[in-house]
Amino acid sequence: MTTPETSFVYVTYIRSTPEKVFAAITTPEMTRQYWGHDNLSEDWQSGSDWSHVRTNAERSVNLVGKVLESDMPSRLVLSWANASQADDAAAYSRVTFEVEPYDDMVKLTVTHEGLQPGSGMDTGIRRGWPLVLSSLKSFLETDAGMNVFARPKVA
Amino acid sequence: MEDDKVFKALADPTRRRMLDQLCARNGQTLGQLCDGLDMTRQSATQHLGLLEAANLVSTRRRGRERLHFINPVPLHDVYERWVRKFETGRLSLLHDLKANLEGDQT
Repeated sequence: MTTPETSFVYVTYIRSTPEKVFAAITTPEMTRQYWGHDNLSEDWQSGSDWSHVRTNAERSVNLVGKVLESDMPSRLVLSWANASQADDAAAYSRVTFEVEPYDDMVKLTVTHEGLQPGSGMDTGIRRGWPLVLSSLKSFLETDAGMNVFARPKVA
Repeated sequence: MEDDKVFKALADPTRRRMLDQLCARNGQTLGQLCDGLDMTRQSATQHLGLLEAANLVSTRRRGRERLHFINPVPLHDVYERWVRKFETGRLSLLHDLKANLEGDQT
């Protein structure tokens, strides 16, 4: 059971196809170009594990979870927790990616539910998703993602 | 094209207050938003329509209710397009100035 206060619904319209959007979410060679992480899973089928691994020398595992539902190219549902809290069932939230054709674009809706209010994940994703979805849009439309770790340049 | 709708939607204090309300508490019904803003349903529906058209508000059905969520993704696109670019320019100007001034001393 989740409460609306701890849920987020993010929407972006992308000039692309549903297949390409899901490929961009589930292919590490693509996620690293706009998300700075590899999204890894053996087959992205329901019941499989997935992980979100930083694309750098350390290869640190940041997020872990299971594929809860897999019906691509329209829907993918993941459980989602910090790797450091992988053993704590209460730390898991739930992320749903839904893609529907919309004129000559697709509408991508990312719903993040079941977050513990005020938790690090709650505050982290508020900043994170708008950035990642902007970057994904830019990646698919212009072939250039943004640096999601960018900070103001210090002179 | 999307930017026009975003700026237009933001160019109204009532709509900015609506976004503030959703930022404070995400996933509100029309009724809850009206109560919080002391507004008629008709007026709130009109404002929400413009916010939705600009993709600043997303909605989801829960049973018979329709919940409204703030969607900051277009704001981030605007930030990328209109803020970060200028910020980087300004900071690199300072950087160049500093480099020139320091260069003169040697």
